[in-house]
Amino acid sequence: MSDVQEFQTRPTDTSKAESPLEWSLHEQKSLPHASNPGVTLSEKPFLGQLIVRGGAIVLDEAVREVMDMALPAKPHALVSDDSGERSIQWLSPDEWLVIVPGGEEFELEQKLRKSLGQSHFSIVNVSGGQTVLSLKGNRAREVLMKSISYDVHPQAFPVGKGVSTVFAKATIILRRPEENGWELVIRRSFADYCYRWLLDASREYGVSVVR
Amino acid sequence: MFYILCPYCKEHREEEEFHPRGQAHLMRPEDPDNTTDEEWGDYLFFRDNPRGIHHEMWVHSVGCRKFFNITRNTVTYEILETYPMGEQPTITADDPSVRHEQGAQVADGGWQTVGARPENTALNEETSS
Repeated sequence: MSDVQEFQTRPTDTSKAESPLEWSLHEQKSLPHASNPGVTLSEKPFLGQLIVRGGAIVLDEAVREVMDMALPAKPHALVSDDSGERSIQWLSPDEWLVIVPGGEEFELEQKLRKSLGQSHFSIVNVSGGQTVLSLKGNRAREVLMKSISYDVHPQAFPVGKGVSTVFAKATIILRRPEENGWELVIRRSFADYCYRWLLDASREYGVSVVR
Repeated sequence: MFYILCPYCKEHREEEEFHPRGQAHLMRPEDPDNTTDEEWGDYLFFRDNPRGIHHEMWVHSVGCRKFFNITRNTVTYEILETYPMGEQPTITADDPSVRHEQGAQVADGGWQTVGARPENTALNEETSS
């Protein structure tokens, strides 16, 4: 058993939590709504996010045992479970981002720590530090082409890939879990900036924001 | 702009994702307590500034956040190879083919013309006036 102190960061009482995008959405009198939107933007707030670091072999064993998923070993690989709600993404040769539905992350962390025992690893709960934006629609790729220097052509960026790169000078993690949907994992402090940038960049295609 | 192959991501990425971190392969003196001031000063403060092949450390600060090494030609800015930490470069300034190809090499040639090999070395020799 690991001797690291763990604690539940998610409040268990009924106190109101605000997602990183809450302020930006609140500031707008009404959310953008296009009749025939080329781009649909929505936040997936309050997901459980863990940064898991360590050797690939021991982590793979633990993840298989606890989550019943294989750890993606290839660079930039992104694997999801059948429901698409739990995903593991390769970030660097010894670092992975695990995203699970909100509320599951603490139990998952405990299980992983128990399974990993005394091996050399680190698990950090980053749920409060970043949020996931979902960008959908047939013009979503064109919005990304304007905003990042990374190649988002389907040949270079197939479904099941995720990279961390520069988005309008901010650092983000860009993922493509499905054919017509992209996910942007953005930092809390950059949430308003990225949101406004996305709105501005997608205005010409018609944009709807869904809460 | 450089288009740099990260040896950990195994992909070419834009230069804006990277940061240069100075000369590579610096070795900390084995026994700091018993090194001379000169050795310690060299280790801490003095860096090579070659004309031609240079081995540099870079960090993929936006991507995988790993350090790695780049062999770069400081005259043409060409990146000759990138390799992970702990490995030795396959291309060095001592490589005879590199020396020939680069024309203007490190200071021992004595050429003062920036960027190109002069048509004849006499141009750079001191003339008695």
